[in-house]
Amino acid sequence: MGRAPSPFATKIPYEKKDLKIVGSNPTARGDAVDKVTGRARYASDITLPGQLIGRVLRSSHARANIRSIDTSAAEALPGVKAVVTKDDFPDMEVEHAASGELMVNFRDVTRNMMARENVLYDGHPVAAVAATSDAIAREALTLIKVDYEVLPHVIDVRDAMKDDAPVLHEDQFTKGVEPKPTKPSNIAARMESKLGDIDKGFEEAEIIIEREFNTKPVHQGYIEPQASVANYTEGGLAEVWTGTQGHFVFRAQIAKLLKMDMSKVKVIPTELGGGFGGKNNVYLEPLAVMLSKKGKRPVKMVMDRDEVFRATGPTSGTNVKVKMGCTKDGRITAAQAELNYQSGAYAGSSLPLATITVFTRYDLENVSVIGHDVTTNRPKVAAYRAPGAPMVAFGVETVIDEMARECGIDAIDFRLLNAAKEGTQTHFGPKLGPVGYIQTLERAKAHAHLKEKLGPNQGRGVATGFWFTLGAETSATVNIGEDGTATLIFGTVDVTGGSRSAFAMIVAEELGIPFEKVRTMSGDTSALGFNFMTAGSRGTAAGSMAAVTATRKAIARMCEIAARKWEVEPDEVVWEDGKARPAGANVGDFAPMTVAELAKEASWFGGTIAGHAEINVAQGGPGFGTHVVDVEVDRRTGAVKILRYTLIQDAGKAVYPEFIEGQFQGGAVQGIGTALNEEYIYNDKGQLENTGFLDYRIPVASDVPFINTEIVEVPNPDHPYGIRGIGEVPIIPPLPAIANAIHDAVGIRMRDHPMSPPKVLRALKDQMIEDAAGQGTAAE
Amino acid sequence: MVKQHVTTTVNGDAVELLCDPTQTLLDILRDELDMKGTKEGCGTGDCGACSVTMDGVLVCSCLVLGVEANGASVETIEGMAEGEELHPLQQKFIDHIALQCGICTPGLLVASKALLEENPDPTESEIRYWLAGNLCRCTGYHKIIEAVQDAAAEMRGN
Repeated sequence: MGRAPSPFATKIPYEKKDLKIVGSNPTARGDAVDKVTGRARYASDITLPGQLIGRVLRSSHARANIRSIDTSAAEALPGVKAVVTKDDFPDMEVEHAASGELMVNFRDVTRNMMARENVLYDGHPVAAVAATSDAIAREALTLIKVDYEVLPHVIDVRDAMKDDAPVLHEDQFTKGVEPKPTKPSNIAARMESKLGDIDKGFEEAEIIIEREFNTKPVHQGYIEPQASVANYTEGGLAEVWTGTQGHFVFRAQIAKLLKMDMSKVKVIPTELGGGFGGKNNVYLEPLAVMLSKKGKRPVKMVMDRDEVFRATGPTSGTNVKVKMGCTKDGRITAAQAELNYQSGAYAGSSLPLATITVFTRYDLENVSVIGHDVTTNRPKVAAYRAPGAPMVAFGVETVIDEMARECGIDAIDFRLLNAAKEGTQTHFGPKLGPVGYIQTLERAKAHAHLKEKLGPNQGRGVATGFWFTLGAETSATVNIGEDGTATLIFGTVDVTGGSRSAFAMIVAEELGIPFEKVRTMSGDTSALGFNFMTAGSRGTAAGSMAAVTATRKAIARMCEIAARKWEVEPDEVVWEDGKARPAGANVGDFAPMTVAELAKEASWFGGTIAGHAEINVAQGGPGFGTHVVDVEVDRRTGAVKILRYTLIQDAGKAVYPEFIEGQFQGGAVQGIGTALNEEYIYNDKGQLENTGFLDYRIPVASDVPFINTEIVEVPNPDHPYGIRGIGEVPIIPPLPAIANAIHDAVGIRMRDHPMSPPKVLRALKDQMIEDAAGQGTAAE
Repeated sequence: MVKQHVTTTVNGDAVELLCDPTQTLLDILRDELDMKGTKEGCGTGDCGACSVTMDGVLVCSCLVLGVEANGASVETIEGMAEGEELHPLQQKFIDHIALQCGICTPGLLVASKALLEENPDPTESEIRYWLAGNLCRCTGYHKIIEAVQDAAAEMRGN
C-alpha cells in the first residue's frame, strides 16, 4: 500500500505448535493499571519546566488568497514570546512519502500545517503564537491581522468535478489522463484497476443493477485532541513529546519540514488517546518546535475540539457508482465501479486503496474500476480505519443484496457462491493465499442470531469486508535482565494497549518464561531503528515479527552461553521449554539451564543477553469479516435502532482473544456511527457547522446493543504465529449491512449517507408517494 | 482579572489556591494542582472525559468554574483506588478489557462509581443511559457495560 513490495521483505513461515500463552487472556495487562488510576501519561499531560503555551490562528474562510499578515500587535503583547507564520518555514519541493496508509507530498504538508499563498479550508492555520499563558496566547491570536482576498469555494465532490467549478490549484492538471490536459482541474488524478473483459462480463449477465451512492466526510473521532510538547535547545537539538501513530515517520517529517538533521530530532511517543488513522499526520509538531526555537522555552500545544474537527482528519466524502451483472443462478459476471473521492484541500485521498479493493471479497473474472481524486475546500483528508473502504462497500454490498433478492438467493448463500478464496485473482495484483472469508460466511449462517424472529418494521442485513495487513519497516530489541526477566522495546506505537500485551505473550512463549516476567515498552526514536507507523492493521502482526526475530537472536545468544559453559559447539545446544539443553545424548550430560541461570552467567561468557531486529516485514495475511445486523425503523421519526449485531472475522491467530473482540466491537460501533449519524455539515460560506461532539454525534452507550463476536482462525502462512491484522476490517461492513437491514425492514433503499432520521423519513415519504402513484396508475 | 481565593477539598485533602475567575475546575485540577488523571476531550461538556464528583454530584469539570469549587468536596480518578487496592470498578475494567486507549477511562470510572452509589443494581439499559454522557471511541461500550455489571454484582456481595 503506497509502496512497491520489497524482494528483501521478511516472511517467517507459519509454525504449527502447541501454545501455552499465546491465545490466552491475561489479566495483568501492562498498560491497564496506569490507565484506570489516571497515571498513564498522554501528550497533554506532559509539562516541562518553563513551558509556554502555543496556539494556532486559523482561517474562517473556505478559500482566500493571503495578501498580508501583520503580527506586530501580537508580538508586542506582554507575555508573548514567539509568533510564527509561513515566513518561518522553508518552502518544500514536490516530494512524496508514505505516511500511514496514504501518501503525502511535502510541498502540500508544509502548506497544510501553515498556509503560504492561500487558505483552502475553514480551519487552515495561518499563524501561531507562544505565550506565558493560554489566556495571553488566545488574546494574541485576536491581535494578528490577516488581509484576505476571499475567493469562491467548492465543498461537494460532484460540484468540484464540474467544468465551471472554482479550481483550487492553478498548477494541478489531472494525472493519469493522456494526453496531459491543458486546463487545470480539481480532479488531481484518474486511476484504473482492471481484470478480464468487462464488456464480455455484462454480455453474459442476465441481471444488471446500476446504482449511485453518496457519502459525507466522517471524522475519526478520537477523544484525545492532538497535543504536542516541544523543546528546542540552543545546541540545535529538538525533543518532541506527542500523541502519534508513528513517531519515526513524524521525526522524518519534522526534520524535513524544518530542514534539520534527523539525528537532531527526538520524538517520544506518549500514550495515545485514540487515532484510527487520524494521528498519522503532523499538524502541531513542527509549529511547536519552531515556536520553542524562537521563544527559547519549551512549548506545549493542545488543540481545542473544534480545531480537531475543522483541521484534522476526516475521511473523504464520496460519490460512488456501482454496476454489477450476474446470471440468474447467482454467479457474478461483471463488476464495475466509478469512485469519486474528495481529498480535501490537497491531492491524495484513500482512492488508490479503494480503487484496488472495491471487489476483493469476490472471485471475479471481469472487473473495471475508475477512480478520481478530487480537491475541495475541506481539510486534507486523513486515513480512517480501512481508509476509503466503507464507502465502496456501501455501494457494492447493497447492490449485491439487490442482486441476491432478484435471484431469489439468500444474501449469505449469494456471497458464498462468489466468495474469494485461496487462489482468487485479486484486481490489485497478487492471487490470494489461504483466507477465511468463506468460514466467516458459514459461521454467520450457522449463528443463533439468524434464528431470532423479526417483528414489524424490523429487518436483517448482511455485509462483508476485506482489508490488507501492511508489513513495512519494523524494529525491536529484547533485553534479558540479570534476574532472567525480559524487556521488549518496540517501535510500533501501541494504539490500544493490545499489541503491548500481545508482544509480551509472544516473547514469553518464545522464551518459555511466564507472561508476567516480560515487560514491553515503547521506545522513542533514539532507542531503535526506523519503524513505520501503526497503520494498515500492522501493529501486532508486523510488530510481533520483529519481536520474534529479536527474541530468537537472544535465544541464540543464550545457547552460545550454555555452549561456552559446557565447552561444546553452539549448534550442539538447543532451546526447548524455556531452557538451553544439549542437542543430544552424545553432546554430554549437562543439566538444562533456564533463562535466569543463563542471565546470571552471561557476563562472564561474553556479555549481557540481548537480541534485536531491524526488518522490513512483507505485506500479507489479509482479513475478511461478515456482519449481520437487525434494525427497527421508526416510521414516525425515521430513527433506526440497532436491535442485534453479530460480527465474525478471520484473525489468523488470536493472540489475545478478548482484546480482539474489543477491537471488533469498537470498529463495528464506529461503523454504526458512520451509518446512522456522523457527517460533516458545511454552511454556504464553506464553514464547518458541527464542530463539537454535541452536533457531530458519535455513538453513545445507549445507542447500541451488545455486539456479538466470533473469531475465525485461518493462519497467515507468512507469520510464525499465523497472525493477521484485525483492526480495520470491522468498520467496513456496518454501513451497507445497516442499509440492507433498513430495506429488509421497510422496503426503502438508502443510497445517501448518513441514514439519519431526516433522510430515512424522507425516503419513507417518497416511498408512500410512489406507492400511492402506483396504485393510482393501477386504478386507471 | 483579580484572582479569587478558593478553599476546597480534593480527594480528602484540603487545597487552597488563587483562582482566575475564568478558570474551570478542570483547569484547576490539571494545571494548578497538576492532577492529570482527569482528561479534557472537548471542553464543552459533551464527552465526559473530565467527569468528577462535587459534593457527590457527577459533573463535567470543564463546565464548572474553579471558584464554584470553593467549600466543596471534589473527588477525582486519583482518589478512587485505596493505596494499591484498586476499586472494584477499576479491577473489573481491567478484567473485562473495558479500556483500550484509555483516554475516556478515568471519566467512565468516575461516572460508573457515581451510578453504583445511587443505584447499586442497575439494569443494562440504566447503565447505558447513565453512561451516555461519556464517549468512548475504541470499545463500542460492550465490555464497559459488562465490567460495570460485574463490579455492581461484586459490590452487592454477590
